[in-house]
Amino acid sequence: MDAILLQILNGLDKGSAYALIALGLTLIFGTLGVVNFAHGALFMIGAFCAVTLQRILNLSFEFVDETQTDFLGNPLKVKTPYVEAWFGPDIGGSIIDWAVPLAILFAIPIMIGVGYVMERGLIKHFYKRPHADQILVTFGLAIVLQEVVKYFYGANPIQTPAPDTLNGVVNLGAAIGMDIVYPVWRVVYFFFAVLIIGGIFCFLQFTTFGMVVRAGMADRETVGLLGINIDRRFTIMFGIAAAVAGLAGVMYTPINSPNYHMGMDFLVLSFVVVVVGGMGSLPGAVLAGFLLGVLESFASMNEVKSLLPGIDQIIIYVVAIIILLTRPRGLMGRKGVMEE
Amino acid sequence: MFGLDKKDTSKLIIVACLALLAPFILNPFPTDSALAQFNAGYPDLMQRFVIFGIFAIGFNILFGLTGYLSFGHAAFLGVGSYSAVWMFKLIGMNVIPAIVLSVIVAGLFALLIGFVSLRRSGIYFSILTLAFAQMSFNLAYSVLTPITNGETGLQLTLEDPRILGVSATADGSIPVTNLFGLEMRSTFELALGPWAFQFNAGYYLCALIMLAAFYLAIRIFRSPFGMMLRAVKSNQQRMNYTGLNTRPYTLAAFVISGMYAGLAGGLMASMDPLAGAERMQWTASGEVVLMTILGGAGTLIGPVLGAGFIKYFENIFSKINDNVLHTWFSFLPDGMEDAVVFIIHPFIGKGWHLTLGILFMLVVIFLPGGLVEGGQRIKGWLSRRKAKDGGKAAGETNPAE
Amino acid sequence: MGILEVKDVGKRFGGLQALSDVNLSVQENSVHAIIGPNGAGKSTLLNCLVGKLIPDTGSVMFDGQSVLGRAPYEINQMGISRVFQTPEIFGDLTVLENMMIPCFAKRDGAFELNALSAVLKQKDILQKAEHMLEEMNMADKRHMNAAAMSRGDKRRLEIGMCLSQEPRLLLLDEPTAGMARADTNNTIDLLKQISDERDITIAIIEHDMHVVFSLANRITVLAQGTPLVEDDPQNIRGNPKVREAYLGESA
Repeated sequence: MDAILLQILNGLDKGSAYALIALGLTLIFGTLGVVNFAHGALFMIGAFCAVTLQRILNLSFEFVDETQTDFLGNPLKVKTPYVEAWFGPDIGGSIIDWAVPLAILFAIPIMIGVGYVMERGLIKHFYKRPHADQILVTFGLAIVLQEVVKYFYGANPIQTPAPDTLNGVVNLGAAIGMDIVYPVWRVVYFFFAVLIIGGIFCFLQFTTFGMVVRAGMADRETVGLLGINIDRRFTIMFGIAAAVAGLAGVMYTPINSPNYHMGMDFLVLSFVVVVVGGMGSLPGAVLAGFLLGVLESFASMNEVKSLLPGIDQIIIYVVAIIILLTRPRGLMGRKGVMEE
Repeated sequence: MFGLDKKDTSKLIIVACLALLAPFILNPFPTDSALAQFNAGYPDLMQRFVIFGIFAIGFNILFGLTGYLSFGHAAFLGVGSYSAVWMFKLIGMNVIPAIVLSVIVAGLFALLIGFVSLRRSGIYFSILTLAFAQMSFNLAYSVLTPITNGETGLQLTLEDPRILGVSATADGSIPVTNLFGLEMRSTFELALGPWAFQFNAGYYLCALIMLAAFYLAIRIFRSPFGMMLRAVKSNQQRMNYTGLNTRPYTLAAFVISGMYAGLAGGLMASMDPLAGAERMQWTASGEVVLMTILGGAGTLIGPVLGAGFIKYFENIFSKINDNVLHTWFSFLPDGMEDAVVFIIHPFIGKGWHLTLGILFMLVVIFLPGGLVEGGQRIKGWLSRRKAKDGGKAAGETNPAE
Repeated sequence: MGILEVKDVGKRFGGLQALSDVNLSVQENSVHAIIGPNGAGKSTLLNCLVGKLIPDTGSVMFDGQSVLGRAPYEINQMGISRVFQTPEIFGDLTVLENMMIPCFAKRDGAFELNALSAVLKQKDILQKAEHMLEEMNMADKRHMNAAAMSRGDKRRLEIGMCLSQEPRLLLLDEPTAGMARADTNNTIDLLKQISDERDITIAIIEHDMHVVFSLANRITVLAQGTPLVEDDPQNIRGNPKVREAYLGESA
């Protein structure tokens, strides 16, 4: 029982990332009708926002402390981050410690900006082009973004730890008399994802803006005929989708040290998630994201692996293939989306 | 000639000349000149040109004709490579059985994947093929390790049985791949003055096979089958209501292009008998898409051009480094020289992929028809200009008469 | 016994009964029009005939064989050709190629892996396609891209493509929808000529009464998913039920 609960939990953090990326993909696909192969790159850029902020906060100046000596007997050079010099070691230190959560604030404007530029500068010109062209151009863009990041940050994964207080483990089962030890940050990540997903759904459900976007997702032409400037709203929607992917990336950094190809790795799986959930269905994307995350986690249990060797590597693809063949619309897909 | 019309025959002849004279064409610079590093007439590089040419020609039969965008074709290449290496391990070092098996196995694999994937079209098809390829890649790294040797890759050893050959040569090393005794690695070097040209047996085998593959592709393009594939791309609804079953047409195209990929994989292993899972990764699938688009999808000669173009510039760009740039721009004032080098630096050497991505985007945005369309546009522009000049000249002479 | 027999066909979409108790008999070599106001179920019925939809109840027999459960291409191979409301042609192919494809389908069936012989060597197909182009008066456009033609020409090409399959039954779905008067009249003349000169049955779904009364020699009126009346054109004109179904909505 403990083991099963633990596997479910283990699946949830990866599932959260899938769900967040798939949500953004679906928003873009549902509103703009564009298949965005560069969406994984947005996730990656988000992660590197966290890396960048961490580096900025760690910018230091050096001075020579004559009163101390290093082991060679020379005067000791002390490096002090500017932040600590300005705010004092206590506050400054905890600012640095909390770099990853702080990066959320840092990443939101950047991601919205990146999304805006991407949509206005590139994607906009591809609304009327075939889907193959959209796939190809965003695929090219994904390569470019990935290589740019690689150029500036190198090819190796970069450690970006969570704040110390959130870095340990917690026994989630204590209250119900079970023993489920689980990293705190992953719990944080899950609730963060739930918060964002909830926020997006509320936004779409309860605001006029969201209502228009939902109407546009259902029937773009009619909404256009009502004289509503749907394009501008869609641009904003693209920015939001980019921000969601970016935030998913920011918060994921303590779980998996970011590297330049993390976007591609997640993209392939997120596409599969979208297809399983049903193209154009937001609840489907979220549901399938968590579902596949948990399934993957179960498949990597030793008991399952000894029964079906290699299943952990392919479970997601197998599920996707079965779903596509038996229920082409996906779990919660609408009729007529992308059915030629 | 060969049942082709004049235009197609001339295309075949052009490609044949390019392929057979490649050792000359690709080595234009004398060996000890500063530009010698831009020579590309080395056996392994030339082999890659034609092998990827075959891969792209095959991919084009699927994508160019039917419009089905597969993102998993590298899987067939990988499967072909593994099959070929297994032939070398079990049967012997002759390349013919290896190549034949790699084509057959890739064809069967494509039949299986195509049967499932082609039940959907459009973006679903792309994602399905992507999922299959990624699945094969993951499997090759995990459960299938006994067959694929996992991360190390499949290699020949001295313990391999090789029932029609020897496990080890007289001097105790692993035998080399050959075509009925002609070693694939054997190279004849021709020194002409300051130039040196290399003629490699393996390259010429690949080139001949590529020509055969190209010829076959022309025949397919011009056949009723090829016309049906174009009709599939144009209007499936009309196909169905004209009494034509689109599924077997697309499946046949998929299997044929899978066999081309298998052939490329088999040749790759024949030139260098090892196979690794990274050949199956989806970035590798993206590369063949890129070659086809860049050259011109749906055109005959496009994929060959695209493959050559990308592999050539991959080689050149990877070789350029800051020192080379500094010598090039040494005529500029110092500060400016540094600035120019600084700007170009990210795009060269290891930055080749960045250049490739940018190139890819530019082509899709501005030149969806690829290099072939670009060539046609330039040609059209020139002839229009000529006509204009001619008209002007005529206009000027008229009043005088 | 007609060439096409529709018996008790019903089709439901969720809560909407699109068709119920449809009985219809199309006689060989007749021109049979199916008319009715918007939403009467004309298109649903047509889709049931060609295999795009499968009715929930009833049977559809073509020349004594059931078409139900067969794919559109199989039904076409049985001898039913369909002309669409907006012309469906192969836009990326030349006009001549467009015409050749149905000829291949007629000769080689639903699938033939004819991958090595050149198209230009198929003399019989070429001849047949050229002949049909001449008959359709578009031989001069043979090397044009089909997508570049006018709508009227596309319609003629599509009809020509269907005819080159020598179908026994030609189904037309509002063939003059959205056409200018002149084009409409040309299409009427073309269809008249086809039915006079060929051994062919035509079933036509139409909104435009001018077209219906110039062509049809038998008319079925569909209203709310069920046939109201089936009769000769002159009787239909005077039928009060029809007037009500039609004029009731517009008057």
